[in-house]
Amino acid sequence: MKFQKELKDSIRKALPELDVVIGWCGSFDPLHATPHFIRREEDIDKLEIGPLSVHNLATYLPGLRSKKVGIVVKGCDSRSVIELLQEKLIDRENVTIFGFPCTGVVDQAKIKKALGHVGNVQSCDISDKSVVVVVGDQAHSLKLSEMLADKCHSCRYPDAIISDYFVGDKIGDAVPAKADYEALETFEKLSIPERFGYWLKELDRCIRCYACRNACPLCVCRDHCAAESRDPHWLSQENNVRDKLMFQVIHAYHLAGRCTECGECQRACPVDIPVLMLKQQMNKEIRDIFKYEAGVDPEATPPLLSFKMEEENITEKDW
Amino acid sequence: MPVLEGKELRIVGFLCNWCSYGGADTAGVGRFNQPTDLRIIKVPCSGRIDPLFVVKALMNGADGVLVSGCHPRDCHYAEGNFYARRRLEIMHKFLPILGYEPGRFEYTWVSASEGQRWQQVVTSFTEQIHKLGPAPKIVGPEASDTLSLMQAAL
Repeated sequence: MKFQKELKDSIRKALPELDVVIGWCGSFDPLHATPHFIRREEDIDKLEIGPLSVHNLATYLPGLRSKKVGIVVKGCDSRSVIELLQEKLIDRENVTIFGFPCTGVVDQAKIKKALGHVGNVQSCDISDKSVVVVVGDQAHSLKLSEMLADKCHSCRYPDAIISDYFVGDKIGDAVPAKADYEALETFEKLSIPERFGYWLKELDRCIRCYACRNACPLCVCRDHCAAESRDPHWLSQENNVRDKLMFQVIHAYHLAGRCTECGECQRACPVDIPVLMLKQQMNKEIRDIFKYEAGVDPEATPPLLSFKMEEENITEKDW
Repeated sequence: MPVLEGKELRIVGFLCNWCSYGGADTAGVGRFNQPTDLRIIKVPCSGRIDPLFVVKALMNGADGVLVSGCHPRDCHYAEGNFYARRRLEIMHKFLPILGYEPGRFEYTWVSASEGQRWQQVVTSFTEQIHKLGPAPKIVGPEASDTLSLMQAAL
């Protein structure tokens, strides 16, 4: 990335004032990046940003509230930061935001699917158009556009919306190539009973690891999560698809009007359940009813925290 | 009730203490005929109702859920039902995404004096649920029908 040096320079400038700056660096193999916590000057050189910078680092912010934290954000991550600010879960004066123009991140699940297996990766070169991965002495060339995460195809905010330091040239408001995702369209064609079957089928393989919750930047209840609470007892400890589905409904509903569709829940899922779709569908309804989008304006009030005496878009049943 | 076995469905009603529960009582005192499928749960205010109650009820064997509170601007706590309206409306739109027919859940407003209206709401809601039939069950003896749905989705 051409602005990587510029980014490192601005972090170097800001670091003396900060306890930690969170970014990304290389990890156990060339195909993956990992969150990188910069505390000392020499950590800065390890920083790497690019299509492998998949994680939404805003997830760490509420836990580091008492510290002075710097954070490197993509466009989608910046929306999570705005949402956290809006809900007063973090303090603006304690957060320094480094934004950059994002051209999309890869979906590791897609790469894994294309390659069959991704053990023993020797190298991974990502250019503007292609991803060349060498696995066990065999080079595979993949099209970058086909390996990008679904959310990147419909991204409307490639630049960080909120930032203290912005490096590189802004891309500007992108018009999404595809208005909606293919998977969503296929889902919407299903009849209502088929949808029920669809969710039961997908959720059946859930292992209740709650990685979706842990990766979610807006799941902030920590020890008070409804999933583990015994009073009220929302979910049993039984291993059945009902409780698995119920948890996803709770997650989606607790994110109503808050979810910025960063896709961390789905990325974190070890068994590739399309859990983001529930939230996207929920967001669609909220856009229709309240003309509201989460994570774009730090001053806005989320729709479920306010009301109007006369609701314009709610028509009640006439008995 | 063994006599009604197979004829009755399970409908759960969440009613606010101040208006709708009083309205249902008025209907009872006035001896209005009502279907008996509805089981009422009294809550302090429609704002107390977490819309997840609705999903929880449907997933645990209810065939329909009815929520009723005070008319807008008439809430005992001034604004509980305004918040409830937004939350419940979202849930109403969300249920079809989950795979429940939207008609399985309705919310409405009935005041303490509207015994007649209560009778009308219960009668037409019960009719609506009977038209839809039993909701898909996930656990219990009827779960096998739902499994065939899963097979169909595969």
